[in-house]
Amino acid sequence: MRTIRIGSGAGYSGDRIEPAVELAEKGDIHYLVFECLGERTVALAQQSRMKNPDSGYDPLLEERMRAVLPICASKGIKIVTNMGAANPLAAARKTAEIARSLGLPSLKIAAVIGDEVLDACKDGDLPIMEFDGSIKQLGNRLLSANAYLGAEPIAQALTGGADIVITGRASDPALFLATMIHAFGWAMDDWNLLGQGTVAGHLLECAGQITGGYFADPGYKNIPDLARLGFPIGEVGEDGALVITKVAGSGGAVTAQTCKEQLLYEVHDPTRYLQPDVTADFSQVRVEEIARDRVRVSGGRGTERPATLKVSVGYVDSYIGEGQISYAGPGSLARGRLALEIVRERLKLTGVAASELRFDLIGVDALHGANLAARGNEPYEVRVRVAGRTENLREAVRIGNEVETLYTNGPAAGGGVFKSARDVVAVASVLLPRELARPQVHFVGG
Amino acid sequence: MKLREIAHSRTGDKGNTSNISVIAYDEGHYPLLLAQVTSARVRAHFAGVVEGEVVRYELPSIAALNFVMTQTLGGGVTRSLALDAHGKSLSSALLDLEIEDDLST
Repeated sequence: MRTIRIGSGAGYSGDRIEPAVELAEKGDIHYLVFECLGERTVALAQQSRMKNPDSGYDPLLEERMRAVLPICASKGIKIVTNMGAANPLAAARKTAEIARSLGLPSLKIAAVIGDEVLDACKDGDLPIMEFDGSIKQLGNRLLSANAYLGAEPIAQALTGGADIVITGRASDPALFLATMIHAFGWAMDDWNLLGQGTVAGHLLECAGQITGGYFADPGYKNIPDLARLGFPIGEVGEDGALVITKVAGSGGAVTAQTCKEQLLYEVHDPTRYLQPDVTADFSQVRVEEIARDRVRVSGGRGTERPATLKVSVGYVDSYIGEGQISYAGPGSLARGRLALEIVRERLKLTGVAASELRFDLIGVDALHGANLAARGNEPYEVRVRVAGRTENLREAVRIGNEVETLYTNGPAAGGGVFKSARDVVAVASVLLPRELARPQVHFVGG
Repeated sequence: MKLREIAHSRTGDKGNTSNISVIAYDEGHYPLLLAQVTSARVRAHFAGVVEGEVVRYELPSIAALNFVMTQTLGGGVTRSLALDAHGKSLSSALLDLEIEDDLST
């Protein structure tokens, strides 16, 4: 039976780079996939592209490509990535330029475009899933609409001979699934195979989160050498057989526990994990340690793909102003609480227009609120945090300022003020009939 | 004992919804999870955090539960005022849940 080895070189845009180099050098892999596109990143990238038409792709594209291209080219490792963000064509051209500068002019580079569906969403005035409203109601606050494309155009690019495929918005597991469809010729309606392939993609897409990252809990879940965490490799057979492993000698661990945690990460109903290519069913998945750092994962299934594609809609939501200040030593908790009361009253007195306010004591109740915090003991130090949502930047600035004035007007011995005010580009979702997105593959000159 | 003694957990986020897995270290403890880590108890544990519903999904093949909690992330990860906008730290809070120490089940 034929088997391919797929390395996962990044779990998010800012991820470590040297584990990807390690995968390319020592992982004996056929494909290296970089998943770098967060929910809101496309909207931010779109803003950047509006200012400069040649920008709008991942800021680390050049650094990543320079680090791995020479090794990948010499070993014939194909690269698939969504680092194209809001501008896959510009990312592909940039990558071609990097390849030439590295003396690798024959690399074939493809961009997958067609995830931009703003016009189709406007035409249909589609309803927003997260709150009452529709696309048109967002008016000029609307920035972008990008559909989660599936594996098909990526597989098509690979079959067309691409060494590097760069997409914008695509489903994260689909970046991996595409390599399997290309390598094994899986039919696009073989739902059980596509479901098991989606299990593989889902397990690999967050890179270090399956090799021991986001996992360690000393005394309960010990993981060695997180500073040198190795990124995962999926060994996938033609029949969907899957083993998760990593480069021998790298940090971290692949265990049944790390695989189970990642299997359910960001999953809702496990029998219906909605993807552009399949409705995957994780509910019968089995996980089995077969050797050190080798875990077999089987039993992924699937049913017919949804009739709609999920679309991430980026829009200007609001502004957030924030201020922080610290108190320490005896009585710090009481002084922190007093500080919060003062700022609460000051925001009222001075008429700061905030639609939502939040008063936290970091170290006490900032993460889980007052109910769960009531179980804890008094800390040595606390950090006051006030955050509020406003309609404009001027109002947002006033929130941090009211925290800052605690220096000379608030409780004794407050220090270390931090303040910020920023606009918030948020993301909501709509469902677009799938035939309204028309993905295309473009090859750029090598 | 605490849930932490028999299970591990990971939080994920999508929009304003948080999901928390609860996975038995020892598959023999799965019935204990089924019986004691109910949607109602999780909802009560996160009073003041979860503003929507808590739905529990069961995965006997890996001895795990998956809790899906709506209206939990301050209006959504991308617009939340919270320090931990993703709610990544919620799994640790759930592991503090008290479990009746009847390991004969």
